[in-house]
Amino acid sequence: MKTQVSMILNGEPVEFLAEPRQTLLECLRDTLHLTGTKEGCGDGNCGSCCVTLDGNLVTSCLVLGVEAQGRNVTTIEGIARGNDLHPLQKAFIDHAALQCGICTPGFIVAANALLDAEPDADEERIRAWLANNLCRCTGYDKIVRAVQAAAKEMR
Amino acid sequence: MLQMKPFEYIVAPSVDDAARALGSRADARVLAGGTDLIVQLKSGRREAGLIVDVKRIPELTAIAMNADGLRLGAAAACIHIAANRDVRTHYPALAEVAALIGGTAIQGRASIGGNLCNAAPSADAVPLLIALSASARVAGPAGRREIAVEDFCIAPGKNALAPGEFLVEIFIPKPASGTRAKYLRFIPRNEMDIAVAGVGVAATVVDGKITMARLALASVASTPLFVREVGGALEGQAPSAALIEQAAALAQAAARPISDMRAPADYRRHLCGVLSRRALSAVLG
Repeated sequence: MKTQVSMILNGEPVEFLAEPRQTLLECLRDTLHLTGTKEGCGDGNCGSCCVTLDGNLVTSCLVLGVEAQGRNVTTIEGIARGNDLHPLQKAFIDHAALQCGICTPGFIVAANALLDAEPDADEERIRAWLANNLCRCTGYDKIVRAVQAAAKEMR
Repeated sequence: MLQMKPFEYIVAPSVDDAARALGSRADARVLAGGTDLIVQLKSGRREAGLIVDVKRIPELTAIAMNADGLRLGAAAACIHIAANRDVRTHYPALAEVAALIGGTAIQGRASIGGNLCNAAPSADAVPLLIALSASARVAGPAGRREIAVEDFCIAPGKNALAPGEFLVEIFIPKPASGTRAKYLRFIPRNEMDIAVAGVGVAATVVDGKITMARLALASVASTPLFVREVGGALEGQAPSAALIEQAAALAQAAARPISDMRAPADYRRHLCGVLSRRALSAVLG
């Protein structure tokens, strides 16, 4: 039996139908067709499916779609500023902070949540915050440098 | 995509509504942050016919301090606990442990109440809660009752809740003046890992004498383990390196670890001694 869910998604009100057993990740990708958010592990370890829920960083694979009723959700599709890429997105390109790209949306959403809360986050803080995001290609250094560069530009 | 079997879902508006829903069928489960429950439902380790979401009950997400102590709503997310001014002022070790469980995106949902209810021997928050003399306030078909945290976990993954009962809040008495607390764990990674061994301690020192000391261990028994005899050895004494050694030896002797993929039992016993000495030194030094 499907339930109607209303939420704010990337600043716009949306309504969709979800079975209680469907995760928010599944609703975003399969029902709302926002496929920027990726599934890696499906159990909260890898961070590929990071979104913010009422401003809190969460793994959308561990949120039920029906839990989003009345909540405010931001995905990777809501990060760019109109037609301009967000400084984090530009920095990831400039620093070649990706290879296969599956982890990238999660890293950018997670890093954005960090810089929103702590614009002065240093390298140690960035590494600790992003420990919930796994990348099997880059070895992390380029990602951390990209986040540091974006933070500097945003300050 | 990993999918869960179908279930019904309701949002409980109050403690009474949640108690009624949970008492109505044997396969009802409480949903707070979901970071354990949803993983267990996906893997098939747990099944649910009805999910009762308790996050919209104000009492369950409250973090409220008064003259007696702290009421920590069972579903309050770790990120809010770690950032709370009262928690940081009066229970800094609790703020630290809330920032230690899982990673950032897990802390956005996971609660310390859930860490307790999940009853893992490795639960990071539980030894500290025991050290801080916390109690679990629960509600159910028979009304409300209070359970000391050291009596709450009864086996791996099993807690003392009766059918239909659920955790409403954790109460932590206000520490006496001169009290310090600490949780230390050993993990092979820097973040995002499960304790190979962990130690939570709290101690009060007044006029150079220890008036209260409590220590509990993680990951070295089938439940978080309260080592009552450490208090007996320390209370009434003046802190010293020799006394701390003696107490750490008691903690090490109390550990009943198993060998598994994380560590052999002997290594865990050794860690209990080292971590107890360090944690006691931190609160008594």
